[in-house]
Amino acid sequence: MYSIDHNDLGTPAAASIEPVTLEIDDSPVTVPAGTSIMRAAALAGRRIPKLCATDTLRAFGSCRLCLVEIEGGRGFPASCTTEVAGGMKVRTDSARLQQLRRGVVELYVSDHPLDCAGCPAEGHCELQDAAANLGIESSRYSNGGATQRGFAKDASNPYFVFDSDLCIVCSRCVRACDEVQGTLALTIEGRGFGSRVSASQHQPFLESECVSCGACVEACPTAALMEKSQIALGAPARAVTTTCGYCGVGCSLKAEVKDATVVRMVPNRSGTANKGHACVKGRFAFGYATHADRVRRPMIRERITDPWREVSWDEAIGHTAAEFRRIQRMHGPDAVGGITSSRCTNEETFLVQKLVRAALGTNNVDTCARVCHSPTGYGLKHTLGESAGTQAFTSVMKADVIVVIGANPTDGHPVFASQLKRRLRQGAKLIVIDPRMIDLVRTPHIEAAAHLQLRPGTNVAVINALAHVVVTEGLANDAYAEARCEQDSYRNWKAFIADARHSPEATEATTGVPAALLRAAARIYAAGPNSAIYYGLGVTEHSQGTTMVMGIANLAMATGNLGREGVGVSPLRGQNNVQGSCDMGSFPHEFSGYRHVSDSATRGLFEAAWNVNLASEPGLRIPNMFEAALDGSFRGLYIQGEDFVQSDPNTNHVIAALSAMECVVVQDLFLIETARYAHVFLPGSSFLEKDGTFTNAERRISRVRKVMEPIAGLADWEVTMRLAQALGHPMHYAHPSEIMDEIARLTPTFRGVSYEKLDRLGSIQWPCNDAAPDGTPTMHVGSFVRGKGKFYLTEYVATSERSTSRFPLLLTTGRVLYQYNVGTQTRRTANLAWQAEDRLEIHPDDAESRGIVDGDWVGVTSRTGDTVLRAIVSRRMRPGVVYTTFHFPESGVNVVTTENSDWATNCPEYKVTAVEVVKVEQPEAWQVRIRAERSTGFSPAMPSA
Amino acid sequence: MNIERLVAMANDIAAFFATEPDPDAGAEQVANHLRRFWEPRMRDAIRRFVQDGGAGLSPLARRGVERL
Repeated sequence: MYSIDHNDLGTPAAASIEPVTLEIDDSPVTVPAGTSIMRAAALAGRRIPKLCATDTLRAFGSCRLCLVEIEGGRGFPASCTTEVAGGMKVRTDSARLQQLRRGVVELYVSDHPLDCAGCPAEGHCELQDAAANLGIESSRYSNGGATQRGFAKDASNPYFVFDSDLCIVCSRCVRACDEVQGTLALTIEGRGFGSRVSASQHQPFLESECVSCGACVEACPTAALMEKSQIALGAPARAVTTTCGYCGVGCSLKAEVKDATVVRMVPNRSGTANKGHACVKGRFAFGYATHADRVRRPMIRERITDPWREVSWDEAIGHTAAEFRRIQRMHGPDAVGGITSSRCTNEETFLVQKLVRAALGTNNVDTCARVCHSPTGYGLKHTLGESAGTQAFTSVMKADVIVVIGANPTDGHPVFASQLKRRLRQGAKLIVIDPRMIDLVRTPHIEAAAHLQLRPGTNVAVINALAHVVVTEGLANDAYAEARCEQDSYRNWKAFIADARHSPEATEATTGVPAALLRAAARIYAAGPNSAIYYGLGVTEHSQGTTMVMGIANLAMATGNLGREGVGVSPLRGQNNVQGSCDMGSFPHEFSGYRHVSDSATRGLFEAAWNVNLASEPGLRIPNMFEAALDGSFRGLYIQGEDFVQSDPNTNHVIAALSAMECVVVQDLFLIETARYAHVFLPGSSFLEKDGTFTNAERRISRVRKVMEPIAGLADWEVTMRLAQALGHPMHYAHPSEIMDEIARLTPTFRGVSYEKLDRLGSIQWPCNDAAPDGTPTMHVGSFVRGKGKFYLTEYVATSERSTSRFPLLLTTGRVLYQYNVGTQTRRTANLAWQAEDRLEIHPDDAESRGIVDGDWVGVTSRTGDTVLRAIVSRRMRPGVVYTTFHFPESGVNVVTTENSDWATNCPEYKVTAVEVVKVEQPEAWQVRIRAERSTGFSPAMPSA
Repeated sequence: MNIERLVAMANDIAAFFATEPDPDAGAEQVANHLRRFWEPRMRDAIRRFVQDGGAGLSPLARRGVERL
């Protein structure tokens, strides 16, 4: 069932813009060529009945309910499969058509009796509507559903039920799985009356290949596939359009609500980022918002070993302000700082950095993007001129070659992955550069042309080798590079990269990538003609993360793959508002719009607007804050929506730093791991409880709209405002729209953004200003933002983290589809049905030599610490490399990662840790304790270390 | 500040700018990076470390720090 306020047009929009005029029921209608009669009629307000059609799926023409008459034509063609033609005269209703349609519907209801009372789809069932419109209450052919009824419901999936009794075998679910999601997990098995929808090999949904995206549920015209939440709560009454709070795709969703309860989440078919699709997290995993673990009252305590004491908002805010001021009096203004969150809105992150800079008088503000995509900001700013991806997601549909580097889109960015897979099924070539065989390498109807399975830590050697082939084989686009880039930098770079030390043959021993395969990949990329690079944290989270981003930009500039659709350099951001939090001035050296704090003109703008003097020196970054805490010069920290203790590397080091501080303030939904070391806890609000905006990986600013009241009484932006007031720097905003107005006044790339425009356009890709009033889908068209593109020399420097006889394996980390980041949200949903623990993937050769089999507990030891995980023996990794995720606190994966970091940005080197793995009998005692706490309720008074 | 960590970070920065053919320009790029991204107490710590001998810093990193 699609969204309750969706106006379904039956078939997708045509690609053409050429107008065609026809007559439908005597009225002229003009639509693009290629439009179906069904869609043209719907656009003209004429509803043609249908069952097998919906506007996210290609026309199928099976139900025969949408028949029409065409003057001069023979028979009664299906309006879904018949395209409009100039001068065509169509009649959508007549006595003959009614007779035909009644016959069709009678046949359907012969096997699907109209006993609609009590059906969860009642009022929203397309078969019920069709029957009612034709006046059908029973069927001449009825056998009471004898051939269809009596099958057991499949309730294995935690979020939806498949009730074959209610299925009309229209194939919409099967086609949604094929066309929208691209998993091809469903089929119709059997023939005639024996036809049944089947998941994989006639398996329960939970055990099948189904990835639970829910596209089938949304496509179902009856209640055969139905959300359990709707069955339990009843039909929703209203829909609120908002933006998903999970990954950087930023899907537009409709929260469908009954009273004050969210019944279900449905992707917005007008959503530009997601085109009416969602994933298992965005569509289904919203239950955390009302989970019993939510903290509903502020709390304080003197020492982190004390129990929490619930207090009023006024007391918590007043206590925090007093503590921060006390610390600043004793240790100076720079002894405190704040952290903004990529899980919070643009408006909230802007306010936190404003509070730190203006109210606390320091630039000690940073954001969790520090530990993920900070190298993207540095690398793309220096080469191209802007700290952001270059394309819109839809650009991928014009790509001929798609390179995926250090990203796993089907797990981390599943809705974009569906679009990407659609393009690959159309014939685009795929190159994967990843130490792990991600699903994209080989998936239904898709096989990568090349998988460069490099050793962790050798990215720069690989990108240099690719560029070496391009340059030395004469595959560079010299005309483009010389016209669009600094000529000196291009010449220097060409000479640098042409050196034999960068050749695939010379680097093969280092990277582990066969030279011939690498040469083939380089030729494919250079041939394009449209070649696009998508990358993730496998690029950035290295000691040479920034160098690699620059290497990617170099390669794209050298081949002319920037500045138009179908090409580009696109970072896939992990969290929903990574781009936005960076844009909003969350970094300690930059104001919003990526302007350095030492720039007196920019600083003057903010000083005038905020009526304060601002510091001109860069502040501490997150890892620097920890070091300063340990030396006693940093003692107070306001953390909005970030769980350092679980997400940052070298956990014991982080714990030691937090434990050394005097006032740690955590503002979050739950008592996260970091809260164990906090003195003040301020309850946060989920994305359902506030207004604001998120900016996704394609620079798209989208509205977040309040669906329910904040559980603890205040939205996050209101909490920050109160804290600013208590610190003596009052902020006066009646609504987040006023914060956005201030952002627009102070930030050139946001100059034209307002809530009014966002409501009018749906979303806006920045830059949005006088030059681009409706936003900028593709950047660097005609020229680069910095004027001329600049090539940087990207020498490969091996990480100091190397395998040794003591630590012979390299550990790298990633994500799974069903959990999100540190799992704070998804661990509190039924997504646990798919993944309830982090596991260590190990190659059979490495497992065998250690006596490890599937499911064994294994100890993982590095130079920083050790932890215990369960093993999965897998050939996804090459020998010598092991892999795990970091979604569960009891896994303690970051106990073993190191403090190594990117040279330019301090982004941690999560992707390379030398470890040893041995079989053990059981997890560590602290892991058992944390797991027990998680399953039985948190024990906040007990620190873990 | 943990000086060992700062030395490692400065050396990593210098390793990137070591591709600059003009050593003076390379040292200035290291210094400029430290000015733009290192908080004053970090710069103070590495400066003092160089004044005390600076053992462990690469030559380019050292020249960069000396320009602060």
